[in-house]
Amino acid sequence: MSDIFPKWTNKLPGYVILGGALLGTAVVAGTWYYFTPKYTRVGYQPLQPVSFSHHIHVEQLGMDCRYCHNGVESSYHSNIPSSTTCMNCHNQVLKDDPKLALVRESAAAGKPIPWVWIHKTPDYVYFNHAVHVNRGISCVECHGQINLMDEVQHAQPLSMTFCLDCHRHPEAFLRPPEQVYNLNWKPDDPTRQLAQGRRFLEEWKVERLEHCSACHR
Amino acid sequence: MGATAKLEVPCPVPPPELERVPLVANTRSLGWISDAVAGVAEGKTPKWWWPAFLISLVMMCLCFAMITYLMSTGVGVWGLGHPVMWGWAIVNFVWWIGIGHAGTLISAILFLLRQRWRTGVNRAAEAMTIFAVMCAGIFPVIHVGRIWLAWWLFPIPNANSIWPQFRSPLMWDVFAVSTYFTVSVLFWYMGLIPDLAVMRDRARTRLRKFGYGLFALGWTGSNRHWSHYEKAYLILAGLSTPLVLSVHSIVSLDFAVSQLPGWHTTIFPPYFVAGAIFSGFGMVLTLLIPIRKLCGLEDLITMRHVDLMCKVTLATGSIVGYAYAMEVFIAWYSGNPYERYAFWNRAFGPYWWSYWIMIACNVVIPQLFWFKKVRHHLVVVWIISILVNIGMWFERFVIVVTTLAREFLPANWGYYTPTWVDICTYLGTFGLFFTFFLLFLRFLPIIAIAEVKGVTPQADPHHPLGGAKKGGH
Repeated sequence: MSDIFPKWTNKLPGYVILGGALLGTAVVAGTWYYFTPKYTRVGYQPLQPVSFSHHIHVEQLGMDCRYCHNGVESSYHSNIPSSTTCMNCHNQVLKDDPKLALVRESAAAGKPIPWVWIHKTPDYVYFNHAVHVNRGISCVECHGQINLMDEVQHAQPLSMTFCLDCHRHPEAFLRPPEQVYNLNWKPDDPTRQLAQGRRFLEEWKVERLEHCSACHR
Repeated sequence: MGATAKLEVPCPVPPPELERVPLVANTRSLGWISDAVAGVAEGKTPKWWWPAFLISLVMMCLCFAMITYLMSTGVGVWGLGHPVMWGWAIVNFVWWIGIGHAGTLISAILFLLRQRWRTGVNRAAEAMTIFAVMCAGIFPVIHVGRIWLAWWLFPIPNANSIWPQFRSPLMWDVFAVSTYFTVSVLFWYMGLIPDLAVMRDRARTRLRKFGYGLFALGWTGSNRHWSHYEKAYLILAGLSTPLVLSVHSIVSLDFAVSQLPGWHTTIFPPYFVAGAIFSGFGMVLTLLIPIRKLCGLEDLITMRHVDLMCKVTLATGSIVGYAYAMEVFIAWYSGNPYERYAFWNRAFGPYWWSYWIMIACNVVIPQLFWFKKVRHHLVVVWIISILVNIGMWFERFVIVVTTLAREFLPANWGYYTPTWVDICTYLGTFGLFFTFFLLFLRFLPIIAIAEVKGVTPQADPHHPLGGAKKGGH
């Protein structure tokens, strides 16, 4: 037999097992890191056709989210404002600024600006904006600090884990309804947040919806 | 050897009519057994092998083509549709997995029960089990629609923070079938090791020496090796024994745990297990009757083996028949109108033909095995064994389709017909099965050489031919 298998092959099974274990670990760790939404989606920041700055509009000018996204409280969909909304102010402010040429054109022609869609939920997910914002879930929980962004970027993974983290423990995220659109609001301290969150949970009859058809209808 | 002619028999021998028929016919010597079995894999490729292999290969490609078509287009290419959302895929899955059961029964339960005749057929039956489970495993995976998400079947931590539904029998199925496959492969391979060493030692070319040598794991046949081997074999037999009963019980729970009339019955687990062993033995007979002839192994797979397997088929077929009768009786006795309708519908509804094919093939025809003349007529046994397989396929068809096609609400009634894709996929799995089986025939010892030697008269020290006597070892 020794003429077929030289002596060193006795060690081969050990090497194979070790190599397999290392490779397996590398594949698992690599997939975990590189192929989950935390990596694949967070940080997505496409260039928009108009360089609209949320930072200027919210922080410097003090505008409310709902001035533009006015459907968010009443609809499952939070609308992207039409360019006529922009023109409410921009027919007077910066009315000849070349950066706003596309906005003026769009408003005049009635053709929407081709914004690049960033926060996509898959077609089998039914996300209702109104339900969330009306029960004390702030924009910031999913969209991050949009109020500080000059160019919008994908701030949270928006994976199923991300949704379920909140659906399983909503008390950690519920805030007073008047603070929903204040993206800078922070709870005084975590213990108070939990106590307050539990109270909201009870008073508003917020359900911990974990069944499939809560989101997949 | 050759000492058969005139032997001084020191011990009293029973009269010839009471003697057991030996398990190796024509008092073949030990060397002959090695030559005969290893010769199948060593000799020139027989003429029938290439056409058989090419046909199987083409059919296997058909299977993969159909799966590709299904994956690229969607499950709509099958005949599924409301209300029958489980069609041929599930029928074929249950059918193939049932066939596998004979292998485990022969290798594990018959081993523990010291049924020495198992040695002639266990290797081929175990190979059949493995290939049948592979064919079976295809269907649940491809029927999920989004096949690239089939890994969700396994409890793997994932970015969705969810686990599979552990309360669902479909989940238990995943564990049952994958455990079954793993243990079957281990058991088969364990048993192969001494015989692979035989093949290695007989090999003429370096490549064969390397190939068999690699998988023989350095077996030398020392006492220590044999002692470890026997222990491991016994342990694996013990582990496999519950699997014979558990796997098809769990498959039956896929149906029984639901609340549909015709499915929601407690008789399902034992009835499915009996049916699985029944169909498995049918398939073993279908395969081995031609093989013993084609490979010249009539002395090792004797008429006694065939006879015994016919008896197992008869016994399990009768249990299945009893289960059918009991289902109908309980449907009547329960007084439940839905249950009664389900069974009336099976026998006289739109699928009446499938029900009566099932009854004829599974209950009526195997009863012919009561007659010794039938059991010893190979052509008849072979035809009956094929009918058993057909009958068992129709049993699953009856269970899956007739129940679903008649929902509680008549507005939801429907009629299911398979499409050409259903049919070609099913035919394709035969290609997969026979491709593997033919490769097995050509490259591995299809009978457990070492174990068969153990049941020859020569291996028994008390036998006139055995032990350290003249002519013995």
